[in-house]
Amino acid sequence: MNIRENIKTLIIEKPLKLDCGRTISKFPLAYETYGKLNENKDNAILVFHALTGDQFVTGTNPITKKDGWWSYAVGPKKSIDTDKYFVICANVIGGCMGSFGPSHENPETKKIYGTDFPVITINDMVNAQVNLLDFFNIKKLFSVVGGSMGGMQVLQFVSNFPDKAKTAVPIACTSSHSAQNIAFNELGRQAITADHNWMDGKYNSKSTLPDKGLAVARMAAHITYLSKKGLQEKFGRNLQERDDLKFGFDADFQIESYLRYQGSVFVDRFDANSYLYITRAMDYFDLVKQFDGNLSNAFKKTKTKFFIMSFTSDWLYPTQENKDIVIALNAIGANVGFVEIDSDKGHDSFLLEVPDFLNALKNFLDKSYIESNDES
Amino acid sequence: MMKAEYNFIANIIEKNSTVLDVGCDDGTLMEFLKKNKNVNIRGIEISKEKVQICIAKGLTVIEGNAEFDLKQFPKNSFDYVVLGQTLQAFINPEIVIKELLRVGKKAIVTIPNFGNWKVRLDLLFKGTMPITSSLPHEWYNTPNIHMCTIKDFVKFSDTMNFKIVKSLALINKNISNISKSNIFLKNLFGELGIFLIENK
Repeated sequence: MNIRENIKTLIIEKPLKLDCGRTISKFPLAYETYGKLNENKDNAILVFHALTGDQFVTGTNPITKKDGWWSYAVGPKKSIDTDKYFVICANVIGGCMGSFGPSHENPETKKIYGTDFPVITINDMVNAQVNLLDFFNIKKLFSVVGGSMGGMQVLQFVSNFPDKAKTAVPIACTSSHSAQNIAFNELGRQAITADHNWMDGKYNSKSTLPDKGLAVARMAAHITYLSKKGLQEKFGRNLQERDDLKFGFDADFQIESYLRYQGSVFVDRFDANSYLYITRAMDYFDLVKQFDGNLSNAFKKTKTKFFIMSFTSDWLYPTQENKDIVIALNAIGANVGFVEIDSDKGHDSFLLEVPDFLNALKNFLDKSYIESNDES
Repeated sequence: MMKAEYNFIANIIEKNSTVLDVGCDDGTLMEFLKKNKNVNIRGIEISKEKVQICIAKGLTVIEGNAEFDLKQFPKNSFDYVVLGQTLQAFINPEIVIKELLRVGKKAIVTIPNFGNWKVRLDLLFKGTMPITSSLPHEWYNTPNIHMCTIKDFVKFSDTMNFKIVKSLALINKNISNISKSNIFLKNLFGELGIFLIENK
């Protein structure tokens, strides 16, 4: 797969000490940008992607040929207006869209790293990505924005670099991965490692990829991104291209067919080992513990203006977990706004056409941008 | 909508102070105070639609309920906490008042006066629950479940042990001080009571 030519890559020379203890250096960080960096270099927004996202936020993804994962929110005149802002997004380390990850070749063994790749964390991800600021010569970002795992990176970024972002928008996320979230991720990992093609992560050729396991992982996860109501309204008990039940184990129901399809297209674009590594990073995320049980301390040094959003039907990162972040910020008098958006589209709401969400995001960014220009 | 009392609330608040507007509605007062008093102001509002309007105005607002969500703010987080015409709508006004005075060094509370003569006459002659321009709801759909009069609120300050620093009555868009000697008349003619309060 010759995908390199479509991927912009920055080689990070500076050694990065990972939370696991290992140090990496001279590693690739793949990124994409949209819009133009202005002369003052004060219009940059760093977008963080979620578990299965990548740097191709909007427009046509040159690798998958599909719309970018946040096409609804990012683009000219959209919520994150690329006519106004310079949008940067990097593939997380551990990922599989060009950044240093388990599918890269280990120079010592000439084989893919597989599970020899170091376990990475959300902290490692943002510490790798902050190098992009130096690369673009940006002193301070106008905003850091992300949903789900992207939101966790937003929180970690502001905590690590309290004066590097004027505003921060964590969406549908948490400050500490819950037991339920860990459980679902473990289910996905077990599906992958139970596929005998996985071969302890040493799969190497096209013919022996653990596609079945990865597809099941995706199917299970996909259910958690939707809501019961949303599923019921979209699929109900509708049958798939048949008039009656077939008394077998084919996909009788539309929902079965839909999930199988989601699983099958996912394996074409995602690496099974990356799925293990990134879900692990999410599970390890516990900003509360990083600050000895007091989340407020994570943000004590920052003047960043926060805007947090959650969705009514999101049961994976429910409103209360988002509100906990709001509470921690209010406890130290930080500048934080919060709204729970009405939507029956579940956790996926942040990726979909949900006007209340898209309007709130746009209004917050545009008003804050005017305000920050007035101040400077 | 610019309410008549906003000017008087602005007069009470000192410049460059920190303010929390509890039940900030569409942010009109917040904008007004920001512009005229250069305050650092936050809002808390229960309606999602209203929060959206505030965000569109560039205001920092959190969606929440004063009865449950004020507890996240530490003691004396703000110089002033404003509660405009909503005390009567809470299930537990005692808790709300306590919370206002914990979160704010001072609180500004406005109440629609149930002691106003129009209200009294309505009940006296019609024998039905009063409906006036400032209290437009029927008894069965009113959000105002704990109506009180100016006199009640003054009494409330004794019971709850807080101090009324300033008390004003709004009558026909004019504002006047309430004192011990005139409270009978202010309670009869006042449409709205405006109180600056603090802990004793």
